[in-house]
Amino acid sequence: MARIGVVTFPGTLDDRDAARAVRLAGGEPVNLFHADHDLQGVDAVVLPGGFSYGDYLRAGAISRFSPIMEQVVDAANGGMPVLGICNGFQVLTEVHLLPGSMIKNNHLHFICRDQVLRVENNDTAWTNAYELGEEITIPLKNQDGQYVADERTLDELEAEGRVAFRYVDVNPNGSRRNIAGITNERGNVVGLMPHPEHAVEAGFGPDSREAGRGGTDGLGFFASALNALLASA
Amino acid sequence: MATIVVHVMPKPEILDPQGKAVGNALPRLGFEGFASVRQGKRFELTVDGDVTEELLAQAREAAETMLSNPVIEDVVAVEVVN
Repeated sequence: MARIGVVTFPGTLDDRDAARAVRLAGGEPVNLFHADHDLQGVDAVVLPGGFSYGDYLRAGAISRFSPIMEQVVDAANGGMPVLGICNGFQVLTEVHLLPGSMIKNNHLHFICRDQVLRVENNDTAWTNAYELGEEITIPLKNQDGQYVADERTLDELEAEGRVAFRYVDVNPNGSRRNIAGITNERGNVVGLMPHPEHAVEAGFGPDSREAGRGGTDGLGFFASALNALLASA
Repeated sequence: MATIVVHVMPKPEILDPQGKAVGNALPRLGFEGFASVRQGKRFELTVDGDVTEELLAQAREAAETMLSNPVIEDVVAVEVVN
């Protein structure tokens, strides 16, 4: 069974939900600790959401220097699937695995809502279970969610198909070009602000057409990683 | 003891929502003369003894690599305060 590590930093909040999502998708979650130097032989890594180090300095800026991140960066550069969710996405930009950065939401408020996203690239380790152009609904909850990068970087991301997800209907935080998530060139590292791990079990997800709280659109992220690992095995 | 002060500001082209909120609140208290506000960060790095060229160079490097994120922020000054 594929083993997917979930890193806990001081101040991480969503590590348990991420581990649960891995389990519900059919993988084996492995708890990884920020102070360790050991990835414990996992096949993929999730950096979950929260407020690591209290967002001090900048969101994700101090976690970047955690011992475990050296191993995560090496593994990511070697092709291991790495997913950064919310604060995890912020860590991935601070550690330069993904370009750009997140600043405070343009309206200054913390936001928590069920958010529709469009899958713009389904050829990554974390999006291959979706159809291209598919619209999915998963929760969005953050304060520093406004994705920014200079125009040249944004043009490159667009030209190379590296925008993985875009916000649909509404831009909830002022992100440039409605970008909700991006991938690296190789497609093994993906980061996004919304939370797929909160939409993986009927009864506990966003409202769906079929049932209240019935949405499980986030499960595809974790199923995608299992697909990618199977394909590369 | 001396202190090296590092000033970091959001890049001019990056929207500064905090500065904007502060700017919008000023007139409510009767401060009417300010066209806009931008909010940055000030770091004070204290050293034992004098600030050497080497320490100053280290402070400049720390300012560029850790205290600021060049995607969204500029280091506008690194100065010694005794």
